[in-house]
Amino acid sequence: MLSGVLLFNQKGELLIMRAFRQDMRPRLADVFRIQVISNAQIRSPILTLGSTTFSHIRSENIYIVGVSKGNANSALVFEFLYKLVSLGKSYFGRFDEEAVKSNFVLVYELLDEILDFGYPQNTETETLKMYITTEGVKSERAMEDASKITMQATGALSWRKDNIKYRKNEAFVDVIEDVNLLVSASGTVLRADVNGQIEMKAYLSGTPECKFGLNDRLTLGENGTDPGNMTGKKAHRAAAGSVTLEDVSLHQCVKLSNFTNDRTISFIPPDGSFQLMTYRSTENVNLPFKVHAIVNEVGKSKVEYSIAIRANYGSKLFATNVVVRIPTPLNTANTSHRISQGKAKYEPSENAIVWKIARFTGQAEYVLSAEAELSAMTTQKAWSRPPLSMQFSLLMFTSSGLLVRYLKVFEKSNYSSVKWVRYMTRAGSYEIRF
Amino acid sequence: MAVNRLRSVLATPRKGETYELRAGLVSQYAWERKESIQKTIMSMTLGKDVSALFPDVLKNIATPDLDQKKLVYLYLMNYAKSHPDLCILAVNTFVQDSEDPNPLVRALAIRTMGCIRVDKMVDYMEEPLRKTLKDESPYVRKTAALCVAKLFDLNPSLCIENGFLETLQEMVGDSNPMVVANSVTALAEITEAAPETKALVVKSHSLKKLMLALNECTEWGRITILTTLADYRAVDAKEAEHICERVSPQFQHVNPSVVLAAVKAVFLHMQQIDNNQLHATYLKKMAPPLVTLVSSQPEVQYVALRNIDLLLQKQPGILEKEMRVFFCKYNDPPYLKLTKLEIMVRIANSSNVDQLLAELKEYAMEVDMDFVRKAVRAIGQVAIKIEECAEKAVNVLLELINTKVGYVVQEVIVVIKDIFRRYPGYEGIIPTLCQCIDDLDEPNARGSLIWIVGEYAEKISNADEILAGFVDGFSEEFVQTQLQILTAVVKLFLKKPDESQALVQKVLQAATAENDNPDIRDRAYVYWRLLSSDPQVAKNIVLSSRPQITSTIPVLPGPLLDSLIPNLSSLASVYQKPPQAFLGKGRSSALQAAAIEEARENARENPIAAAAVSAAVAGTSAPQGANHAENLLDIDFDGAAPASMQNAPMAGASGLEGLAGTPIAGTPARVASPAFGSTGAGGGMEDLMGVFGDSGAPAVVQSNGSNGMNDLMNGFGDMDVSGGHSAAPSGQSGGKQTKEDLLGLF
Repeated sequence: MLSGVLLFNQKGELLIMRAFRQDMRPRLADVFRIQVISNAQIRSPILTLGSTTFSHIRSENIYIVGVSKGNANSALVFEFLYKLVSLGKSYFGRFDEEAVKSNFVLVYELLDEILDFGYPQNTETETLKMYITTEGVKSERAMEDASKITMQATGALSWRKDNIKYRKNEAFVDVIEDVNLLVSASGTVLRADVNGQIEMKAYLSGTPECKFGLNDRLTLGENGTDPGNMTGKKAHRAAAGSVTLEDVSLHQCVKLSNFTNDRTISFIPPDGSFQLMTYRSTENVNLPFKVHAIVNEVGKSKVEYSIAIRANYGSKLFATNVVVRIPTPLNTANTSHRISQGKAKYEPSENAIVWKIARFTGQAEYVLSAEAELSAMTTQKAWSRPPLSMQFSLLMFTSSGLLVRYLKVFEKSNYSSVKWVRYMTRAGSYEIRF
Repeated sequence: MAVNRLRSVLATPRKGETYELRAGLVSQYAWERKESIQKTIMSMTLGKDVSALFPDVLKNIATPDLDQKKLVYLYLMNYAKSHPDLCILAVNTFVQDSEDPNPLVRALAIRTMGCIRVDKMVDYMEEPLRKTLKDESPYVRKTAALCVAKLFDLNPSLCIENGFLETLQEMVGDSNPMVVANSVTALAEITEAAPETKALVVKSHSLKKLMLALNECTEWGRITILTTLADYRAVDAKEAEHICERVSPQFQHVNPSVVLAAVKAVFLHMQQIDNNQLHATYLKKMAPPLVTLVSSQPEVQYVALRNIDLLLQKQPGILEKEMRVFFCKYNDPPYLKLTKLEIMVRIANSSNVDQLLAELKEYAMEVDMDFVRKAVRAIGQVAIKIEECAEKAVNVLLELINTKVGYVVQEVIVVIKDIFRRYPGYEGIIPTLCQCIDDLDEPNARGSLIWIVGEYAEKISNADEILAGFVDGFSEEFVQTQLQILTAVVKLFLKKPDESQALVQKVLQAATAENDNPDIRDRAYVYWRLLSSDPQVAKNIVLSSRPQITSTIPVLPGPLLDSLIPNLSSLASVYQKPPQAFLGKGRSSALQAAAIEEARENARENPIAAAAVSAAVAGTSAPQGANHAENLLDIDFDGAAPASMQNAPMAGASGLEGLAGTPIAGTPARVASPAFGSTGAGGGMEDLMGVFGDSGAPAVVQSNGSNGMNDLMNGFGDMDVSGGHSAAPSGQSGGKQTKEDLLGLF
């Protein structure tokens, strides 16, 4: 398995080097620097030299490298590296050069704990935070807790500690959907799908058993809708039915065998926030924005744009932080634009006109018309016409039409709990070709 | 360098960083000592040699502060090798710590002891390890379990003598899932290092325990268990069914590597089940999770896509309806785009092909040259695979020719040539193709166009003019193009003898008298003799009916594919090569073995090819064939030093290296990841296949073609084969020449 983990900054300076096996030699760091960081030709994340394999990912401004010998499990290596990044983020806020440099002791400690002899061990953030902390745990204090900690770090419920108590028992459920869209130049939708995730913040006492229900077609049966749960959710114009989830992945606290049998999602949640599930949906995707783009190349010196965007959701809702990126040719010299809403600006570094609309009310339609003047070029290379892309976030709307039907909490002491549900749709890769 | 370093170790500097650190390490204040330790570790990370501080750091080992202890241990692990004697001073603390009331400390001690690779340490490890393996805390037990693997690595005999392996085997039945997982991990590691120990043997009762632990342990533990389950051979179909049933819920796990491990386990065990319906159910179940993997992080996605590519070759139908998810995003990294293209072509069928063609056309307009070429090639592959769409595909290709972008046009020509080899009736587009004759500068594209001109000479009114132009510049052409010119002119002559007699003489003259290349000379002589003996026979040979090709999509040879399936989600599956092939030594021989095996398989079905293969295997052509194979591999592997070279520095690395951190010079050969090398591994394999007789597509060609040639066999027993081949140029540039050599043996 992993022989070692290396962290480099962008310049190729070694930030962290932790060897787990004796075949991890210091010179391997140099090899990686020479072969990958200072080699612009490298386009693959995996590089095998002799019997050594370097698998690297990038996060912010650092390289995170897993070094392995032999025929290692690649999927595991990459997944582990990403886990390391997410651990780093939850410990330091962000995982970049500065964070690593100022917390290098902690990074070593973490690595020591999550990898043993190159095999990943427990990587649950909440558990690790119990005994690896920024301020350091004193042995005396840890004495009483230590056995509990270790029980938890290895137990069947490795994600939850005992004896959690809250005065007020609350659970927050956030349904966040990333809608991906690809529209061809002729206006046909090539691809529209939704990657959704359900984030949960659980502040519940004791060891609660939760049951979670969605308007998933398979749970409801082909035509079974449950009208009792539908009332009072006007956010869901499309919710008059059920959604088909292509696939779901569940947090490890969910009892997978129950899910396979009858598609009930039952679990004992970790304390605090976690991602309960992710899902994919491809049928009946409600697209929040319709984009109509006309782009004309007038001769070799000018490109004319006319972009109209229409909000396709209820007029009571509004999207925020709408950003439209309209690509311009590389040799654009100057642009001029007229817009009906928001602000537009030409960003030479991105080769795009960036149009920002802070608040986009439902059913509204905004228009941008622009002209890009091109400077003459010696080489006439055709413009590749990258797609126009959009970013936005829209509250109380789900593109898939998914909604939470219930969240039940069962606990020995039978306390009552308050549950909150919030829906949000964001742009994943929302691209329109023209 | 080394001398300098040695000196700096011996002489204690009075000033400078090391001196300051030393002062801090022996300070009377605890906080100052801790800070100095941190600084020492910092310097260690930066590659500075702080081993001189060993004794001073060691003094700080006995501390109640867990953080500080960890830091000291970290330092110890790093420099233990350079100070083996001083290490013994730490033993006491380790032994003490391994009996500490705090389980975290106990685990830390045993974990670190295993990492200090000093022989003397081993003697002291025995007792603490024995105790911790039976510790009441599962946390300590799971750490100790892995420590057995560490000890085995260091001193196998000691490990076996002390019965640690047996203890470990018992621990597979532990009540704690983490302990089970780590014990399995350790046993698997030991088995891999020393198969003769038979450390990890799964029996039906331990199987039950594994499956119980599977649902409870951490994601990483699940991977271990799933991998073990995948390697296990079920005793009967019922057991296999049971395993599939218990493993398949893991498809829903959030961690992609768990999903892949589960897919692998189910896929392997499925093959033991006879029930076809069950097969279909599991394949159906596995499709959505596989698609979900495509939305994971790019690197993970890459691994997933390469695996999907493998699975599709084994089970073509599983993702039929999911074409859209494989559409490339504009900002996908190139390695993803290329892999997605391959997959899209594989899952293309008559219902989704329109969509795919529109998408491929879009890609062909992009700017990344590699990607564009692959996209054009994909259009051709789809057209050849699916008959209904051929016309649409040809129209798309014609549109692309009109873009006048050099590399697009060239690729289109090559692709269209393949389409001609598959479908009759597209001769109408030849004039369009001929218009861009001057833009072609690549041998493959030029060769393809010339082949088309020769093949359809009777339908192209100015074929002689076109070919005359090429004949004039004959000596400046690439070898590959020269061969094509030669064949095309001969075809032209046979079709229109009156107009082109002068031309054929000119080209034969040029090829025999003025050319140094033996391949070209030989071919020219063959034609010459053929033409001068009996034109009718020559016609029968050179213009014999062309067998249709069936597919241009690269496929891995069956045995290789079968050997890769158990390697799913590992590096081998990413490279799509057996592990021996890319890990240092013997990589070419492994590939050859696979190729020969494949060729043999074909031979069983195809007696004509069998002769070629047996000749190749028997070694009559071995020197040539082998050389070519090696060269081809080198091209594929970026052609740095041969494998044996870079093994030397690796194996020869002594302890000194670890001490000093001196980089040992050595240019390791690079294994380019498949998507990275533009031709890719698939191409390489194919070329290789070409080397070893006519396996794969060419073999089919031969058997089909033999019908038309039967009558000739008598008279021109030894020449007809090569004649037939020159009439149908194979798209694989590399393999071609060799193939001809091989055939020359007849």
